[in-house]
Amino acid sequence: MKTAKKNAWTNAWLTVLKRDLLLALRRRSDIATTLFFFVIVSSLFPLGIGPEAAVLSSIAPGVLWVAALLAGMISLSRLFSADFTDGTLEQILLAPQPLALLVTAKILAHWLVCGLPVVLLAPLIGLQYALPNEALLVLVYSLLLGTPALSLIGAIGAALTLGVRGSGLLVALLVLPLYIPALIFGAGAVAASQHGMSAEAHLSLLAACSLLSLVLAPLATAAALRISVE
Amino acid sequence: MLMAQGLACLRGDHLLFKNVGFELKAGGLLYVLGENGSGKSSLLRMLCGLLMPGAGAVFWGNKKIKEDAENYLPNLTYIGHLNGLKDDLTALENLQISARLAGNDVSSQESLAALTAIGIARCADLPVRVLSQGQKRRVALAMLWLTQSQLWILDEPFTALDVASTEVLASRLGAHMANGGMTIITTHQDVSISARATQTLRLSV
Repeated sequence: MKTAKKNAWTNAWLTVLKRDLLLALRRRSDIATTLFFFVIVSSLFPLGIGPEAAVLSSIAPGVLWVAALLAGMISLSRLFSADFTDGTLEQILLAPQPLALLVTAKILAHWLVCGLPVVLLAPLIGLQYALPNEALLVLVYSLLLGTPALSLIGAIGAALTLGVRGSGLLVALLVLPLYIPALIFGAGAVAASQHGMSAEAHLSLLAACSLLSLVLAPLATAAALRISVE
Repeated sequence: MLMAQGLACLRGDHLLFKNVGFELKAGGLLYVLGENGSGKSSLLRMLCGLLMPGAGAVFWGNKKIKEDAENYLPNLTYIGHLNGLKDDLTALENLQISARLAGNDVSSQESLAALTAIGIARCADLPVRVLSQGQKRRVALAMLWLTQSQLWILDEPFTALDVASTEVLASRLGAHMANGGMTIITTHQDVSISARATQTLRLSV
């Protein structure tokens, strides 16, 4: 009985994950928008500030992290709203499996589609900022550890603003303040490595942010979805 | 057995209905009637647990559905007035995903058979986006040929269906009730469905 239940949970979880990835594949333009947003925003700064390597590399950690954060945020409003309008969200709510579990599958799909590409693209963008190799590596690590937290926390905001008019802007107001810890530790890690210090402490704290949100965010998102659907 | 006691629905400051109660036993069919905006859909969503009742409670067996969702939800199939289909997926993919989410691991043959039963098999590989309103409805209703749950809650299932599919659906509902299933339905159409016991519930304040 126990294993049957576990199997049913895994099946439902995989169904949601596969469904969201398949949908992303069918609507590639949505992924492209997020990525191009990240590339363009982070490329505007070197163009506006000028080619001075010292200035660019000192602002790089903050600018790249803010760009990654905004890119992740603009895709948030799509996380649940499409499912809400076509009624598939009701099916997910009525599935016999725990909602928080299914929500993690949706968030993972969102991260794979919107977070991971940003992580992979970041070192290329970092080159524009004259970042040394070591700092580029730390940048990738920090984004890899930090972007899951962005998707997880963002999901709460997306769920709370479901069906609300002007939800895109509201999500930003709700979620951006919650992103501050991740931003501080993420940008701090890159800056530390630029100054020849160890980034380990920052990265550990960043991982802690992600783990903490992995525990709390799905539960909060599930509760918010139930309220929004009423 | 599904039982509702003293249900009331408040939307904003507006009381849609109060003191709604009924008892539905195996093989029973319940028609929910009322004018537009009388709260039929709200009542159905309440019975599913999607909407919290303003007063009263819904019981499955002798436990409240809120407290016993783990046992209630596997026994429930709800098709709301939204079809719950993804425009970018094909009819077959949509049906399989819905079935799997409901905990029903169906093969593509079984899904195709369900689509055939409601006469929409030739659209199986088309994205739902290109289907007509009635065809979309049929894809959503094909779920009723796959599910094993005992209680079906259907919100206007006959809307947009043609005469032939209406008959197919009515006979499927009849077969479900003959097997000891239960159905709660809202409809504006005059369709005859056979059941061991038929009740009607008229909503008004």
